[in-house]
Amino acid sequence: MTLSRMPEPDRTVLDRSDAIIKDLETLIGVDGVIAEEEGRRAFEADALTAYRQAPLAVVLPRSTEDVAKVLKYCDESGLRVVPRGAGTSLCGGALPTADSIVIGTSRMNRVIETDFVNRTITVECGITNLAITDAVSPEGFFYAPDPSSQLACTVGGNLAMNSGGAHCLKYGVTTNNVLGLKMVLMNGEIVEFGGAYLDSEGYDFLALIVGSEGQFGIVTEATLRIVPKAETARPVLLGFASCEAAGQCVAAIIGSGIIPVAMEYMDKPAIAVAEAYAKAGYPLDVEALLIVEVEGFEDETTRLIRDIVDIARSFDPTVVEASTSADHSARIWKGRKAAFGAMGRISDYYCMDGTIPLARLPEVLTRIGQICAEYGLKVANVFHAGDGNLHPLILYNANDADEARRAELAGAEILKLCVAVGGCLTGEHGVGIEKRDLMDVQFSPSDLAVQMRIKSVFDPYWLLNPGKVFPLSALEASASERPATDQAA
Amino acid sequence: MSDVQRPGADWELQFVIAGCAEKRLPIEIVGSGSKRAIGRPVDGAVTITTASLRGISLYEPNELVMSARAGTLLSHVEAELAARGQMLPFEPIDLGPATGGPQGAQTIGAVFATNMSGARRIQHGAARDHLLGVKGVNGRAELFKSGGRVMKNVTGYDVGRGLSGSWGTLAVMTEVTFKVIPWPETAATVIFLGLPDNLAIELLSTAMALPVEVSGAVHLQASVAARLNHPGLRTLNKSVTALRLENFATAVTSRKHRLKEALKVYGKALELDHRETLEFWGELRRLSVMPNRQTLLWRISTKPTTAPKLVAAIKRYMPVEAFYDWGGALIWLEAPAAADAGTAEIRRVTAIHGGHAMLIRAEPAVRAAVEVFQPLSPPLERLTRGLKAAFDPAGILNPGRMYANL
Repeated sequence: MTLSRMPEPDRTVLDRSDAIIKDLETLIGVDGVIAEEEGRRAFEADALTAYRQAPLAVVLPRSTEDVAKVLKYCDESGLRVVPRGAGTSLCGGALPTADSIVIGTSRMNRVIETDFVNRTITVECGITNLAITDAVSPEGFFYAPDPSSQLACTVGGNLAMNSGGAHCLKYGVTTNNVLGLKMVLMNGEIVEFGGAYLDSEGYDFLALIVGSEGQFGIVTEATLRIVPKAETARPVLLGFASCEAAGQCVAAIIGSGIIPVAMEYMDKPAIAVAEAYAKAGYPLDVEALLIVEVEGFEDETTRLIRDIVDIARSFDPTVVEASTSADHSARIWKGRKAAFGAMGRISDYYCMDGTIPLARLPEVLTRIGQICAEYGLKVANVFHAGDGNLHPLILYNANDADEARRAELAGAEILKLCVAVGGCLTGEHGVGIEKRDLMDVQFSPSDLAVQMRIKSVFDPYWLLNPGKVFPLSALEASASERPATDQAA
Repeated sequence: MSDVQRPGADWELQFVIAGCAEKRLPIEIVGSGSKRAIGRPVDGAVTITTASLRGISLYEPNELVMSARAGTLLSHVEAELAARGQMLPFEPIDLGPATGGPQGAQTIGAVFATNMSGARRIQHGAARDHLLGVKGVNGRAELFKSGGRVMKNVTGYDVGRGLSGSWGTLAVMTEVTFKVIPWPETAATVIFLGLPDNLAIELLSTAMALPVEVSGAVHLQASVAARLNHPGLRTLNKSVTALRLENFATAVTSRKHRLKEALKVYGKALELDHRETLEFWGELRRLSVMPNRQTLLWRISTKPTTAPKLVAAIKRYMPVEAFYDWGGALIWLEAPAAADAGTAEIRRVTAIHGGHAMLIRAEPAVRAAVEVFQPLSPPLERLTRGLKAAFDPAGILNPGRMYANL
């Protein structure tokens, strides 16, 4: 899997690497810089492991001021910078170049302030997503965006990718839960956007920064909205003889006026693998399984589950299993939560992330099956049905270069299909390097030019997280609009 | 009287903007023009109205999504949604009546361009949170799109959402796509009377921390409550602190009891039924308690716990009356007319307490002379100018609408 080319490293930078490392050590101390090869290797890839490249050096700042010092130095020295949280990106968002400095935020993981009365928390951006919820949970609150990697991923990475999760149907994605940010620009300037109040002043910079994939600056602190936890949550398991019926059922539930907190879909291959691993009691003779979860007080969830089952009856479900206890709920979720890990035990897989209009679900699933068959590959589907965010898992053998190449080509076909039916390339994982060269399938040259000019406002010399988001050809085309620089493009 | 252009298609809009860009003619951008009395006045050589860019281009009730051309009237959008039992989650506020304009005149494009949300913002998020996709034309006359029609989309930068709250200074939106939600089966309001500001905000914060999904949390000072239409509340000469619940009927009933039980230390609660609830929150949505008159109207965003202190601090300089929305996070403040709009004091107090303030209602001469929008920190101002130049290098789109020389 190496279809995406990264920008060539700058030889003049590589030639002065010893001096650069010395300078960095002087700036933030020897213990804040990783320069030896073995240490740098740990940062050569993120969760898109097919792409690997160790950086020139890794810097682990302890404060916003440290980040500012390092960025200012890199800006003045014309050094590329790759921000990194926990390295869980599925799209190569944290992949370094050989001439880049990785700035890792792992040491900046403190909770700065919790304010339960005003329902906000301010954190350093190297904190993990789950640690935020852990910090507010004793008072009955949680932080809503919950990507599957929430145990490991950092909020800094969530901000970069505008991460979602299973519960965003009701609570929104990262951008809907951010009130304020402190960010260091490439020139070392520290800027605050918004704050512990609603609707920031002036232009909506928060909207632009969240989802900018680490290309505008390095966010060091965030003020986030926290939400009271519902009294109880209850899932119901619904099995269907066809994916059409399952898709129609999802649309009918939403159309009825019920907004479940989560609606997860698994197809037959995914069910088989998840069940074999988790023993969740899933039926193996259905084509599609839905887990629909509602929340509220006990009597309310009972009534909502009843309503959902009533709606589902019109689509001839072959299995209807409503949770009757907390243990039962945990068992229903067990297989879904283990699905990706279970899949990883039997095969390497390439996880896609396109989103489609719900009405096109059956035809898209059929076509995904065909595309993978054409490339001689198997596919399993596990995804967030409520918002049409698909996660086809293309199974392949990573040690077989040809198979890996075919997986990448099939993936690209699937994403083009998502765009063709009115959807998009990525619902929650981000573009990174993985989908970079497909951007012109979804966007026109002027759509991309508008985006690239915003990047230039924040980082005029394009030093931050290079080679991501935009096709290299579009970058070259836009170069004439950018300020002249003696740095390698 | 400037030349008024009414493009009916994207290419016509591009053509008009290209012509103006070439001659560097300043353009005033309007939808229906209902917000001309708000913000800084624009001295445009040309006016472009989106009024002919009209109509709903996509509506999928089962996917909770609608697309409309920017000049479509909000009233039309809401009627179409209501016909399928749906609504805009963020309850866009109508500033017409409070600023001497007509009621119900705004366009859907303007709703997103100004990011003005009503009471339900506290539960469901702001207008910008529901914006999924935008098509528009920038000051370079380029037609561009961002986002799309699906609920989850992180493909490229979130340019569309970035246009929300930009008041037509970056681009003219031609089509917006947004998320909608079902109307709740029923709604009720729980009201507490006679609480001073600080206790009322404490009550609202307590309620918002309960898992009952309060979808409106307001406090009206006694003098403000006296302007309500509701006869029972108008004549009590007491402050009104109100909480809205929206859900299916049995849930509303049980949650109402939980709410009253948790808040019983604040006194006996009144209740409004479904019909009264619609009327009460409908009034607030039109800001009828801040009727148009020769006074100033400010809109201040801050932390709920700070809000009563902020109002008390301003009161040391001038007599003011306050309507707190969003659980206290938003203050609508009426102040006596003044040549500088009380800017010095209000901005100083807001800076001390944290938050931002916008002057909503004042004479045009006053709005032209003072900072209407929150002044920006130097780094934010530099980025703001950079962003403006990226979209509109000739500075022809709504020049001066938000900030002088921008």
